[in-house]
Amino acid sequence: MDLIQKNLLENIAGISAIPEGAFNIRANGALASRNTTENIDIVTKSNQSGIDIFIKDGTKGEKVHIPVIISETGLDDLVYNDFHIGEDCDVTIIAGCGIHNCGSEKSSHDGIHSFFVGKNSKLKYIEKHYGEGGKEEAGGENVMNPTTIINLSEGSYMEMETTQIKGIDSTNRITKAKLQKDSTLIIHEKLMTHGNQYARTEFTVDLDGEDSSTNVVSRSVAKDTSNQIFISKINGNNKCAGHTECDAIIMDNASVSAVPEIMANSTDASLIHEAAIGKIAGEQLIKLMTLGLTEEEAEEQIVNGFLN
Amino acid sequence: MLELKNISYIVDDNGTDKEIIKDVSLKINERFVAITGPNGGGKSTLAKIIAGIYTPTSGRIILDGEDITELSITERARKGISFAFQQPVRFKGLTVKDLITLAAGKEISVAEACAYLSEVGLCARDYINREINASLSGGELKRIEIAMIIARGTKISVFDEPEAGIDLWSFNNLINVFEKMHDNINGSIIIISHQERILNIADKIIVIAGGRLEKIGAKEEILPEMMTASGACKVLTDKTV
Ligand SMILES: Nc1ncnc2c1ncn2[C@@H]1O[C@H](COP(=O)(O)OP(=O)(O)O)[C@@H](O)[C@H]1O
Ligand SMILES: [Mg+2]
Repeated sequence: MDLIQKNLLENIAGISAIPEGAFNIRANGALASRNTTENIDIVTKSNQSGIDIFIKDGTKGEKVHIPVIISETGLDDLVYNDFHIGEDCDVTIIAGCGIHNCGSEKSSHDGIHSFFVGKNSKLKYIEKHYGEGGKEEAGGENVMNPTTIINLSEGSYMEMETTQIKGIDSTNRITKAKLQKDSTLIIHEKLMTHGNQYARTEFTVDLDGEDSSTNVVSRSVAKDTSNQIFISKINGNNKCAGHTECDAIIMDNASVSAVPEIMANSTDASLIHEAAIGKIAGEQLIKLMTLGLTEEEAEEQIVNGFLN
Repeated sequence: MLELKNISYIVDDNGTDKEIIKDVSLKINERFVAITGPNGGGKSTLAKIIAGIYTPTSGRIILDGEDITELSITERARKGISFAFQQPVRFKGLTVKDLITLAAGKEISVAEACAYLSEVGLCARDYINREINASLSGGELKRIEIAMIIARGTKISVFDEPEAGIDLWSFNNLINVFEKMHDNINGSIIIISHQERILNIADKIIVIAGGRLEKIGAKEEILPEMMTASGACKVLTDKTV
């Protein structure tokens, strides 16, 4: 692995060396290295590109790293990764994709991740998308279109943290979830776009089971002439609780559109949506300037804090 | 020393000029100066003019012999002016520790940040990682605002009604905070207040009403006048604490 790839890995997965536990590192469309453990098996799919990750019942406290890195220009990578998580597990999955595109051709990664979370299991899923080079610096676009399909069995709990802060020119992120009885899905999205970037996010959560619940929270910052679209749909099909919230800071000549949608198909569904888009409040800038920060420094602190 | 020379501030009020500050001249050299006067008199506006948030329509502001009238908020802050807002600002995502650190102007340890919070009677452990958002009460925000000014430790510290929204127990401690600052400060504390107990520890009292400087003088001189003058003593009976 070269320095560029190591740097990408550090940015998306926070790992600088070979991680502990199970992992599967994909580089430039091929398997770079893999490790499995007694409880976690990773198997290459035979019918299409991608892997199956099998986590045994009762696996607790283990982590799985599934990073994808692309450092070639003009590479279009498509993978199907299926995560089969047994019952009574408590595990963390760290995925992420980093593109370093120094060429003039488009590089893209389309990852289709499906989660099957077993009864009473707890899953933390962290994904980061990050790019270097790209349209502004090198001419070739960095494109990522991740799809996440989530199936939560009875009594399970999943927390998804998805972050895209830098370097992705175009993204269309689709997340679809189906929740059974007593299951909970928490999603935190953090997004920042700059330059001429485009980011579209669409969450659809079906609260099918009794006492299922979800909280979908997005915080985003749109700078320069970038464009963001946030769509969040929650369908309450049973006695359930759903909340979706989108909070965006808009700067320069950017544009943001937030479309929260809630649909109740049961009288016992309790659903709430909130959306707010606005520029940085003048009084926030002034307060930090009275502490000795310049306007630019104040802006940076406010944005960093907001996406913290 | 901070000096205001013939400061006027005119705003556009639905097409007509409205003079909020009218030819105010004064000198602040004492360690502890209280500014008081009726609501709407122009006290906060004057404080914002000192901090650089508003630019006066005419007049000069002199800090230790240097004309700072044209300096920005940032430049004035760096010259040693601090300002605690009457209505503190909320920040989504920034924590109490973040703001105290920014106020201190350098990386500080958790222990140091906690020391500033303890000064204003907040149990530091409970607050240090809290976000400065809607979950904090008005009184808590006011105290954090004061802790930030203590952390800055500049030569001019302006507090706009620090007592507002703070309960009685905290108020007693607040007086201690100011007394301690009074003993340690290398400059001037300027407090806008309606509170007799704050006016009582001031070296100098300034009364602003209707945009004008109505009275200025030593506490011994101004306080008795305020107690006897009819109408003017509203300031002291207005006990919002
Ligand atoms: N931008 C503005 N436009 C119009 N009127 C203003 C503006 N700012 C302040 N004022 C008015 O100026 C007066 C002084 O306000 P302020 O300085 O807040 O008084 P104080 O702090 O003494 O209560 C008030 O009548 C207020 O309504
Ligand atoms: Mg005021």
